[in-house]
Amino acid sequence: MSRIAACFAALEGKKALIPFITAGDPHPSRTVELMHGLVDGGADIIELGVPFSDPMADGPVIQRASERALVHKVGLRDVLAMVAEFRKTNTTTPVVLMGYLNPVFVMGYAAFATAAREAGVDGVLTVDCPPEEAADLSAALIAADLDPVFLIAPTTPEARVREIARHARGYVYYVSLKGVTGAGNLDIDDVARKIAALRAHIQVPIGVGFGIRDAATAKAISVTADAVVVGSRLVQEIEAATEQTAKERLTGLVAELKAAIL
Amino acid sequence: MERYDLPDAKGHFGPYGGVYVAETLMAALDELKNEYERVKADPTFWEEFRQELKHYVGRPSPIYHAKRWSEQLGGAQIFFKREDLNHTGAHKISNAIGQALLARRMGKKRVIAETGAGQHGVATATVAARYGMECFVYMGSEDIKRQSPNVFRMKLLGATVVPVESGSKTLKDALNEAMRDWVTNVDSTFYILGTAAGPHPYPMMVRDFLSVIGEESKEQMPELTGRQPDVVVACVGGGSNAIGMFYPYINVDGVRMVGVEAGGHGIDSGMHAAPLSGGAGVGVLHGAKSYLMQDANGQVVETHSVSAGLDYPGVGPEHSYLKDIGRAEYVAIDDKEALAAFHDCCHLEGIIPALESSHALAWAAKVAPTMGKDKVILVNLSGRGDKDINTVAGLAGITL
Ligand SMILES: Cc1ncc(COP(=O)(O)O)c(C=O)c1O
Repeated sequence: MSRIAACFAALEGKKALIPFITAGDPHPSRTVELMHGLVDGGADIIELGVPFSDPMADGPVIQRASERALVHKVGLRDVLAMVAEFRKTNTTTPVVLMGYLNPVFVMGYAAFATAAREAGVDGVLTVDCPPEEAADLSAALIAADLDPVFLIAPTTPEARVREIARHARGYVYYVSLKGVTGAGNLDIDDVARKIAALRAHIQVPIGVGFGIRDAATAKAISVTADAVVVGSRLVQEIEAATEQTAKERLTGLVAELKAAIL
Repeated sequence: MERYDLPDAKGHFGPYGGVYVAETLMAALDELKNEYERVKADPTFWEEFRQELKHYVGRPSPIYHAKRWSEQLGGAQIFFKREDLNHTGAHKISNAIGQALLARRMGKKRVIAETGAGQHGVATATVAARYGMECFVYMGSEDIKRQSPNVFRMKLLGATVVPVESGSKTLKDALNEAMRDWVTNVDSTFYILGTAAGPHPYPMMVRDFLSVIGEESKEQMPELTGRQPDVVVACVGGGSNAIGMFYPYINVDGVRMVGVEAGGHGIDSGMHAAPLSGGAGVGVLHGAKSYLMQDANGQVVETHSVSAGLDYPGVGPEHSYLKDIGRAEYVAIDDKEALAAFHDCCHLEGIIPALESSHALAWAAKVAPTMGKDKVILVNLSGRGDKDINTVAGLAGITL
């Protein structure tokens, strides 16, 4: 069983908390320690952002995180090295890389998949690579026992949901709103209706993210979703902290979110 | 050559193009593709488009024989396709009208656009005013500084100009921000993309709307010279004016096609905007696979050009394909050469060209002397240079 499947199985119906941080933010030397900090707070899966120069689907908070990481020229290989370092002391928490296609494309799908597997990565979500263009990448990931994670949006019609269901492994990521990461127009009732409809087609667990900023919202979302993804709010915490206090503050915030969700 | 019929149904030009966007936009792009397929087969749409081009834009744009300059160069005869004489002063308006008519048929009342030089922003603001649509234009704060006359024009036309402060603060960042707006307001908004790049169906749609440039040229050149030109040449930013000129000529044997990219401080300096001629690899940006200026980590690099409209690290996917199959050639002209051509065109022909177009002019001026006097070069003079007078004055140490 993959680490992601094992993680959901072990939760026995309890909901997963998936915090997101950007690799290399605030400094590449801090990322592994922050990942451990997320686990200390109760993270079930970690989504690790791969910095990109043109993060088209991200709001200002995660854009800035990318920019901070890119000051230190953090590339995809550096991110894999961070995961490998994390794996030295944590062999159970799944790590999903989340980013844009170009860095992966430039490294080469097969080379990337092999290196990611060796580093201890479990899943890969490339935001700007819908299933229509993902055949080669998905094949390379699956050949290396990595789960391709796909997005489903409020605008996704049912026929596409069925198509995505055929390709999705690990979990699917339901984008809770029309907008970029960190937006503030989340409608909980609408999300609940959509998740219920998705269940007819989606066999893997359903995570929900974009715009979940506090424990109350996380709790409300966890009523219907299998996993709750929180990104911009955590990145803001890193932004507000010093390099020395970031880990502690992340752990505290994650613990609060974890305590709130079902 | 076999009949050229691209892109395929999924928007691919060989290995290039496609639809590389976040899931939220997939349905919108599907809807756009279907709607465009429908109007493509609807003669009333094209009749409306033609009427707008004739009575509002002033098409067809004339072709002009640059006799003095040609004589001075002593070689091939240079002709200009006068896109600078269009309403709003560049080729961009014809694309903006096509997309705005489509937006209107789709019932969208809010349009957004990205702009570099400001020409596409002005064109979009213009058609938004004409059709009674709300208009937001994203523009890098660097470009706002160097193209201030166009910023004011957009405001006069009732558009909101949104400064973009992220990344390099130029065209590519404006495009990112326009995409973010579109994701957020996808139900109400039509994104009028300003160049032949982006996800399918944009590269195809923009090409089709601007093919009027090459179609007109194909009729006008035989009237003027008794035949088609030996070479057609156009500057390439994202590639819209170039593909508009090239596309109708692709299946015409014997017509050489040259796209001129921005060489900036020179290809060797690394400070340029020439993905096709500067040795860049292939990448994925702004919804499509194409040649892309990037570093070893796949991060898009900052570009440089004296002309804001060419200052873009990517290029439309069809140009990547035309390069690979050898049907078109791509070359670079640096800032200095472009400026020299700008001044020559002013002095010898009484035409102030856009700095973008000056790159194509500079290539023609460079190559004409190596060709016989009976040869013909047709330059797409994509726009006029009024918007650039501050930049040119600044380079001469003059403040206006
Ligand atoms: C006059 C003019 N020519 C050319 C361009 C470059 O764009 P494209 O390559 O899409 O024609 C611009 C862009 O702003 C422009 O204003």
